[in-house]
This record gives sequence, C-alpha cells and structure tokens, in this order.
Amino acid sequence: MRGSRRRSVAIAAVSSVAFLAIIGVAIVNAPGWPRVRDSFFNAEVFAASWPVMLQSFGVNVQLFLIAEVLILGWALVVAVLRSTPGPVFFPIRVLAMIYVDVFRALPGILVIFILGFGVPALRLPGVPRDPFFWAVVALVLLYSAYVSEVYRAGIESVHPSQTAAARSLGLGQLQALRFVVLPQAVRRVIPPLLNDFIGLQKDTVLVSFLGTVDLFNRAQIRQSATFNYTPYLVAALIFLVLTIPLARLTDWLVARDARQRAVTGGVR
Amino acid sequence: MTAGGEVLRIEGLHKSFGSLEVLRGIDLTVAAHEVVCLIGSSGSGKSTLLRCINLIEPIDAGRVVVEGEDITAPGVEVDRIRRKIGIVFQAFNLFPHMTVLGNVTLAPRKVLGKTRAEADDEAAALLQRFGLADKRREYPDRLSGGQQQRVAIIRALAMRPSLLLLDEVTSALDPELVAEVLDVIRELAAGGMTMVIATHEMSFARDIAHRVGFLDGGRILEQGPPSEILSAPKEPRTRQFLQRVIQAGRL
Repeated sequence: MRGSRRRSVAIAAVSSVAFLAIIGVAIVNAPGWPRVRDSFFNAEVFAASWPVMLQSFGVNVQLFLIAEVLILGWALVVAVLRSTPGPVFFPIRVLAMIYVDVFRALPGILVIFILGFGVPALRLPGVPRDPFFWAVVALVLLYSAYVSEVYRAGIESVHPSQTAAARSLGLGQLQALRFVVLPQAVRRVIPPLLNDFIGLQKDTVLVSFLGTVDLFNRAQIRQSATFNYTPYLVAALIFLVLTIPLARLTDWLVARDARQRAVTGGVR
Repeated sequence: MTAGGEVLRIEGLHKSFGSLEVLRGIDLTVAAHEVVCLIGSSGSGKSTLLRCINLIEPIDAGRVVVEGEDITAPGVEVDRIRRKIGIVFQAFNLFPHMTVLGNVTLAPRKVLGKTRAEADDEAAALLQRFGLADKRREYPDRLSGGQQQRVAIIRALAMRPSLLLLDEVTSALDPELVAEVLDVIRELAAGGMTMVIATHEMSFARDIAHRVGFLDGGRILEQGPPSEILSAPKEPRTRQFLQRVIQAGRL
C-alpha cells in the first residue's frame, strides 16, 4: 500500500515537471515572446515598482480588514432579523428581505459611485466626504447582503429539535438562539464565509474609482509612467499571494468538516 | 402544591395538526410522587401529549393545570412554566457543541442565574449520582447512546423540575444500552420524582408505574394500576395492542 502510494507521487511529480517544461519551452520559442516579455515581465520595471506598490496595497488591506469586521457583525444582525418568528416582527422580516434583495442585485461599482460621489456632492453638514469612508460603507452594504444569507443558511441547518431542547429547559427565544443555535450555525458556515471574503479582498480595488490611491490605482500610475504593463502583473501577483493561501485554507476546512461528519455518522 | 398533592391535571385537551386530529379530549390527573406510564401504538398521540404539557406544541382546546396554575391560559409566561417541567426526548437532543458539563449547566446558569461555580458543583453532584462523573469534560459525540440519554435526563433534573416528562427515552437505543437508562428512571421514581413516561417497555411500565394509561386514537381509552391494565384489560383495543406486543416479545 505504502509503496504504491510513493510510486504514484513520484509519477505525478515527474509528469508535472515534464508538462510544465514543454509548455515553458513552447511559450519562450513562440514568435513575439520577446515583446511580451519586455512589456509584461520587465525585470527593471518590476524591481522599481513593487516596493511602492506594496505600500499602496496597505490601503486595500486596511479597507478589507475594517470592512470584514463590520460585515461579520452587520450580516449577523440582518440574518437574525430575517429569522425572527412571530407575526409582530413581520415588517422587520420584510425590511431585512428587501435589503438583501436590493444589495445582492446591484453591481458593486454602482453603489460605490452613488455613495462615494453622490452623497458627498450633497454637501450636507456633518456627512463625511472621505472616499475611503464611503468605500467601507459600500462594501459593508454589498457584502453583508451575501454574508447574511450564508448565516441564515447556517441557522436553518441547525435542527429544530435543538431549539426545542433549549426552550424546554426554560431558555427564552433569544437565549436559545445565542447559546445553542448560533454557535452551531457559525461553525458550519465558516468555509462559505471565507469564500465570500476572498471576493471582498478583490473588490477592495473598487475604492480606486473614487480617486484613492490603492494598489490598482498605483499600478495604473506606474503603467503610465513607464509605458510598461509589468506593474499590472505586480498587482496581480500581490493579490495571488494573499488570496491563494485563503483559498487553500477554505478547502482544508471544508475537507475537515466532511471528515468530521463522516466520523459522527450523521447521528444528529 | 394544591390540595391532594396534585401536580398535573389535564382537562379535555384537543390538538390537531392541520386536518389530522391527534388528541381528542384527554383527561388525566397526576398526583405528587406518582409515576404514570402512557402506552399505545405509534401515532396514538403519546409524544404529542407530552409536548403539549411542556408547551412545545400549542393546544387547540382544553386546559393543562400544573401545581394549581392553568399554564394554557392566554398571557402565561411560557419560559417560567417550562422551568417547572422537564422533558427528555427520544433523540437525546444534547447540544453537540458543549461538553457534558456545559449541557447540564447551561439552563441553571442562564435561566436561574446561578454562578458558574454553583452550577458546576450541582451538576458534578448529579453526574456523580448517576455514574457519569468521569465524562463531564467529554463532548456528546464521544459518549454511547445510553450515556447521552443519561446526560439528557441529568440536564433536565438540573432545573429541579416538579414534573418530569420522558418521551420514549429508550426507543433510539441499542437493546444492551436500555437497562442503564431504565435504572436511572427507577432511581428517580424511588426518590419520589413525579413522572409521566411514554414508553414501549411494557415490563418496565409494570415494574415502575403506579398507573398505566392506554392511548388509542387520541384518547386515553383506559387507565389503572399496571396489574389491571397490562394483565386484565377491559377494552378489546387494549387487549389487541398487548397481544401484538407479546407476539413481538416485548412483555
């Protein structure tokens, strides 16, 4: 068993190296490769660009971190409001539903423009005009609509008998939600939540349309200054380095979840 | 407690799910320290009756009176009533994300406002009494079915209920695990706990019950001491039911 496994790993490694080598040789020998190399993979431009670009990337990271925390909180509120039982809360459920419907339907760039250009143009006293602020607001509104649905799926995946058990012990509706349902629900939706956050990381570049110099805007500036496209490749590389580990982590969590479910055998 | 030490009185209880009438006029009185076993085929309404007593299911007509208070009257604070009535389910329904100790102490802490130390001590004493002291740090999925069900019973006991409802608590267990759960219930009966037990374990009912009620088609067709109901039933339906149980080798 063990030997055959080692053998398949060796075969996979050799075949991958050979495959990549063939592709590499084919590309490098293709007509026009020198021109592609000079404008996309220019070593000098790369060396000159990446430090300042990494610095601009700080804006994206900041935006991502602030928005993420706010989304986790606000989306949970929306999800809980949508799951409130009883006829008294009907209007609240409808409001939450309309919110989710609207912000899932709108293109992100539209919301960013309306909030980032439109609201400051009103010149209302006390209303911030900082584009970064409005980018945070737009991303939180947009992504909370998705994330609240993820939460809600988690809440609904917890069997009603859990709530019944909690209520039968005298816990109130909110206590049952807080101590019994939500801890189980949140644990189950961590992989899809991470998935949404990969999307959020990428969409932080939308702030550049409001004139803030983030990674994307910096890449554009560098491109115009050097007449070379390497800065875009640098930007792409920076996003890859950040996003791929998160994607692998998500996969690992999903696999672990499946293993655990197999062990418990779906008793519950 | 009212005169005569009556803990539970049910009068003319009706309950329907849609067009299906599950309970059709239940009358039942349970005195303090009394153990009443409800028997009857699946679908006869045993579980629904217990769920109605604990207000998990709203009732359509009739009254449920617990310790002299009409708990089915409009405006009654449901959570306060449920503290007095414990229920244990067929499927255990332990909280999988909490340890045994967490399961047992949640309600005493959050509902009765006990401190963690206080709740932990009481839970430890209960776990000790029912032979689960070494399992307190385990999560439910690390326990056998019998152990899980014992924890579920202890979780209900931790609220010090004046009435305990047991809903076919051994039906989901492997045969060799049934005894340990029944032993716990026997000990509770010996300690004077007032209980209403829905069960398919006829010999257990004969041992433990002060009174057995046979449910059929949403009514309590007959009730009385176990020797009478299980050995010499008057109603043909009861006789027929017991005949089938004997054939299945469960009596």
